[in-house]
Amino acid sequence: MIRDITIGQYYPAQSRIHRLDPRVKIVCTLLFLVSLFIQNSLLGYVVATVFLGCVIRLSKVPLKFIVKGLKPVVILLLFTVVMNLFLTRGGNTLVHFWIFTITESGLRTSVLMAVRLIYLVMGSSIMTFTTSPNGLTDGMESLLHPLNRLNVPVHEVAMMMSIALRFIPILLEETDKIMKAQMARGADFESGNIIQRAKAMIPILVPLFVSAFRRANDLAMAMESRCYHGGEGRTKMKPLKYKAGDIRAYIFTVLYVVMMFAVGRFVPFRLWIF
Amino acid sequence: MIHAKELVYEYDKRDEEGNVIGTNRAIDGVDIDVPQGSFVAVLGHNGSGKSTLAKHMNAILVPTGGTMWVDGRDTRDPDELWNVRQTAGMVFQNPDNQIIGTVVEEDVGFGPENLGVPTDEIWKRVEDSLRAVGMIEYRKSSPNKLSGGQKQRVAIAGVIAMEPKCIVLDEPTAMLDPNGRKEVIRAVEKLRKEKNVTVILITHYMEEVIDADQVFVMDDGHIVMHGTPREIFSRVDELKTYRMDVPQVTMLAEELRKRGLDLPKGILRREELVEALCRLR
Repeated sequence: MIRDITIGQYYPAQSRIHRLDPRVKIVCTLLFLVSLFIQNSLLGYVVATVFLGCVIRLSKVPLKFIVKGLKPVVILLLFTVVMNLFLTRGGNTLVHFWIFTITESGLRTSVLMAVRLIYLVMGSSIMTFTTSPNGLTDGMESLLHPLNRLNVPVHEVAMMMSIALRFIPILLEETDKIMKAQMARGADFESGNIIQRAKAMIPILVPLFVSAFRRANDLAMAMESRCYHGGEGRTKMKPLKYKAGDIRAYIFTVLYVVMMFAVGRFVPFRLWIF
Repeated sequence: MIHAKELVYEYDKRDEEGNVIGTNRAIDGVDIDVPQGSFVAVLGHNGSGKSTLAKHMNAILVPTGGTMWVDGRDTRDPDELWNVRQTAGMVFQNPDNQIIGTVVEEDVGFGPENLGVPTDEIWKRVEDSLRAVGMIEYRKSSPNKLSGGQKQRVAIAGVIAMEPKCIVLDEPTAMLDPNGRKEVIRAVEKLRKEKNVTVILITHYMEEVIDADQVFVMDDGHIVMHGTPREIFSRVDELKTYRMDVPQVTMLAEELRKRGLDLPKGILRREELVEALCRLR
């Protein structure tokens, strides 16, 4: 079940987008997300589609893979569309049936909102598909570094994230082992209603937690014995450095955002109600 | 290199509510002296205090009595803590719980990063140490995909990259299969010869200690036997009282000797036994 979710996964490939500095990818993704919200015109969405299309093309991640990432948000998406469709009032009424009314602006909002949400998820999954988890934490650490002055333990949080990532497969394997051990002794995880099933999880969770704590203790000792003492005075094996390609990516994205802004504001282009 | 004098480590025994109900002595008056470049093995059954002793060499634990010096530095001195840990690197039992990086080379680089070594130098050290343990072709792999023996070799490389004078291996082979055990021991052997590091091997596998310069046997927090492997293993009956086994070959030779065959004491290797048996005819 966990393996089906593609959102947040890394898709290893050799591409220009993969080679970009993680900081660039984080900042540009944020800019892209913002750009979706600063305008609301058809032409703006055309520009966004072209931009997203170019990035997906460059990243060499198959479109099918990215679309699969939308699966977990389908319900949220449908909910938003239905709500907007029936509850937004304004403009001419298109359909009226019993208590349901669909107006022009309702249709417009729901369609644009759906596109916006889809692009939001696609844009951010492109980032996670093309950046290794470690790259992401490194990028975050470097970007959030100024918060250090406000006494936010940026380095520690980044370290915790990367350790968590390292231990996810180990703990998954362990869960599997514990489940099998309990099943061998007659535990039943498959039948019964939701409450019974939740109760059946307890004999898995307790040993899992105990072992996770034991591992944490061992790991802390191993880290200390290798002279780990926080972020101070620490050098980096793979320091982040901007290259020419990274600068180009920044310029490209900023140009795109400016264009989105200009199109949304100043270009009157309407097709029917959109 | 590593020198302990009347070392004592006590900890509080607690009941289920966490009240102190007494103290336990895990180490009780231990004296050891390990010269630079030697290979020392510490044997003992579970709960004999051998792991606790190992943790003292890396200043993870500090003695409650007596003193431990690592390369002339008192481990109790907080100013010397990082120097002590850099001088005496430590490899633990569970291979999964001591690998920090998500990529092999990043994990090996973790120690030097902590020491503040410049980036170029880190890369050089990582490459050298991975080569020394024969794991260079796995540098880009995820540690989760390696076998136990390979993970343990990565852990050793991680310690080597800090350029310690001494490596303390705390039961590094206890969770491995026989093949993994061989891999790890071979890697340690190679390091000892090539880099002239002091090796302290804590173990309960007798086969691993036959090449050691000195063997210490621990029981109940004390050092009960001390000598070369040959001296130790010729005292089979005494070892048995400490719930220790001797290598199979030694055992066989001992049994044969008891039945009246004229074999020398303390045979350690199969070839030795073969030779001694041939000489009998």
